[in-house]
Amino acid sequence: MPGKVPRKTIFAFIGPSVIALAAIGIVPLLYAAWTSLHFYNLTKLKRVKFIGLENYWDVLTDSVFWEAMGRTFTLLSIALPLQLALGLGIALILHKPGLTLLKTLARLSLVLPMATTYAVVGLLGQVMFNQKFGVVNQFLSPFGGGNINWIGDPTNAFTMIIFWDVWQWTPFVALVLLAGLTMVPDEIEEAARLETKSWWTVLRYVQLPFLMPGLVAVLILRTADTLKLFDMVFTLTRGGPGSSTELISLMIQRVGFRAFDQGLASAQAIILLIITIILSQIYIRVFYKEV
Amino acid sequence: MTSSRSIWIQSLLLLAILLVCVFPFYWMVTTSLKTQVVALESPPVWLFEPTLANYREALFDDGVLRTLMNSLIIAISTTALAILLGVPAAFALARFEFRGKKDLWFWFITNRMVSPIVLALPFFLIVRQLGMLDRHITLILIYLTFNLPIVIWICTDQFRGIPYDLDEAARIEGASQWIILRKICLPLAMPGVAVSGIFSFIFSWNELMFGLVLTRTTAKTAPAMAVSFMEGYNLPYGKIMATSTLIVIPVLIFALLASKQLVRGLTMGAVK
Repeated sequence: MPGKVPRKTIFAFIGPSVIALAAIGIVPLLYAAWTSLHFYNLTKLKRVKFIGLENYWDVLTDSVFWEAMGRTFTLLSIALPLQLALGLGIALILHKPGLTLLKTLARLSLVLPMATTYAVVGLLGQVMFNQKFGVVNQFLSPFGGGNINWIGDPTNAFTMIIFWDVWQWTPFVALVLLAGLTMVPDEIEEAARLETKSWWTVLRYVQLPFLMPGLVAVLILRTADTLKLFDMVFTLTRGGPGSSTELISLMIQRVGFRAFDQGLASAQAIILLIITIILSQIYIRVFYKEV
Repeated sequence: MTSSRSIWIQSLLLLAILLVCVFPFYWMVTTSLKTQVVALESPPVWLFEPTLANYREALFDDGVLRTLMNSLIIAISTTALAILLGVPAAFALARFEFRGKKDLWFWFITNRMVSPIVLALPFFLIVRQLGMLDRHITLILIYLTFNLPIVIWICTDQFRGIPYDLDEAARIEGASQWIILRKICLPLAMPGVAVSGIFSFIFSWNELMFGLVLTRTTAKTAPAMAVSFMEGYNLPYGKIMATSTLIVIPVLIFALLASKQLVRGLTMGAVK
């Protein structure tokens, strides 16, 4: 029911934001597009020259790029199902009636991992997973795993990344799903529980429809966030050992800032951006139909 | 199954959740209170004589205090700027009809998804050419790329919840849109504005990559400082954990304050 407002007023309210966001969000992207069409190496700035789509061709045929992409999706395809399974379990426990105080405490504690600085998670990882004086190996030693080299071994390092991603983001999934569970009208849930004793039947036929929006949101946002993931992995392993934990963001950062090839890195970034925009489109289509 | 047994299982599981979430913080704080000798015991010790030496050394000798101040200045300034720019825009999105509104929305949400490395590359080149590397203002501005969308999103939602009749009444009295925003809607929207401010602060405070790429010494942020301890062979674990503790505590307090809205904010409202 908003009324008619003169254009000038609309612009006065919304213009500053749009201009600011365009200046810092779009101009750099255009510049990246320009860079991506050039040979642009920070150590050879005198030799910047236009090379057309050559960088893009190099990226698309570069096995290192696709390996980093593959690694990123491997992380997602292992971590996300774990987060969904654990998150659903936690949400169901928190949804069960009774134990109000303990439930409140548990729910508050779930907030902590999500808010923790990614870089600090990485540093904590270094300390807790250290081979010699890490507490994780101390926990594992009664089970015969007291001397695991977490940081120096490719598979173990990747496992460690999965662990911290699951630690940090399972709470997010749990709270999203808990919000879905509380949307189920009480009388429907109670009626269903009178009909059947099986929690699975209630979950599948009564609660699941209410969980769907949350599940789709989790799916899309976790995908986007895994493509963005940088800070935690950088502080924990710097992408190593070798390139075993080099996710897509770390690879672009290495090419651009440690190998100084800004042209190639920009082409990689633009390709990543295109993937992201497709993802966002899906997100909008699903959630903001009414806007 | 007897209900008392199921209560037992439920409480055990709840305790397990609590423990898994909190333990890393416990370990961080206790490690920060260990001397290097104690920190390097193998296997790690759980009982020891705590010392604040790591905090003293990190804060005053290594300059962590200065980087914390930098982080604080940057996070507060960018939050203030995001609110200043974002609140009127949110009001317009909630109250006015105009063409291109849908595209504007799409653009804001896309900003939530874009990987920061995509912006870090061109930003670095531009900032270097402008001679603005290692300045607070650079980070204050670039953090708007994620703060402004989140402020606009949360505040638009908040303004929509305020009955339009109030605006109508004020307009009949002859008030301009600006007065309506300032005198009528803004006071009612304060909870939303506060939450969006908390979000903006947390995201800026936590950010590492831009800090790493765009600062050197003068404007170095606390997370970038913590990471720079990671060089060399003999890592000062106590000091690293002391710095981590100092970084994380303000965020955790803010996150607990906004805990009810955290999920809503992180999903940009897709989950209520």
